[in-house]
Amino acid sequence: MTVRVQTGDFDVGAEMAAMRRGNPKIGAIASFVGVVRDLNEGADVAEMTLEHYPGMTEKALEKIVGEARARWDIYDALVVHRVGTLKPTDQIVLVVVASAHRGEAFQACEFLMDYLKTRAPFWKKEKTPEGGRWVDARSADDAAADRWS
Amino acid sequence: MKPEDSRIATIEVLYFARLREAFGREREKIELPGNVQDVAGLTAWLRNRGETWARELAPGKPVRIAVNQDMAAADTPLGNGDEVAYFPPVTGG
Repeated sequence: MTVRVQTGDFDVGAEMAAMRRGNPKIGAIASFVGVVRDLNEGADVAEMTLEHYPGMTEKALEKIVGEARARWDIYDALVVHRVGTLKPTDQIVLVVVASAHRGEAFQACEFLMDYLKTRAPFWKKEKTPEGGRWVDARSADDAAADRWS
Repeated sequence: MKPEDSRIATIEVLYFARLREAFGREREKIELPGNVQDVAGLTAWLRNRGETWARELAPGKPVRIAVNQDMAAADTPLGNGDEVAYFPPVTGG
């Protein structure tokens, strides 16, 4: 399992190819990519800056991946999260899960995103025509994570 | 000369996102006052620093606290060398 926090972009195809290489037991790979939108809560977003807590963020992501592995029979999982300044259409986050069959891969992928959004220390600040504003946590994200408990 | 010196606990406190901006600092070393033994005690002590601190750390404000990079509760104990972090609810992904 791998967890990475980085400023640079990621290549979804390359990451998925690397995961399936060398393990002929893998029959399914599910992935999710989060992307920066140009509109949030009624304001135009020109760009956003992602901040994290070096050390704790990686630990939190590894813990979440460990929970997914304990819940589902999966072969591998990857989480890549970008930090720094990003613009609309940029990729923010990647989750990739490999398993023998699709059910585990789909579920573990969704679980990882739901837990990441509520438990991994990242914070978004948006730049809008009115100035910078910190994004507020959404109760819908808490509800999504609670589905799994 | 001062035997109590050996019992002074120093912690490092980190602030992130909105709190980092409000307090104008990313991190600081704090010598724990003798009566501060846990997270709730430290938060109460920080509130006494002034208006901004009292407002941002007011009871009921959605502030999360981690001790040594694990999420903490009000009664999580604090000791010498601990790393304590204050931050808003997370918004990654």
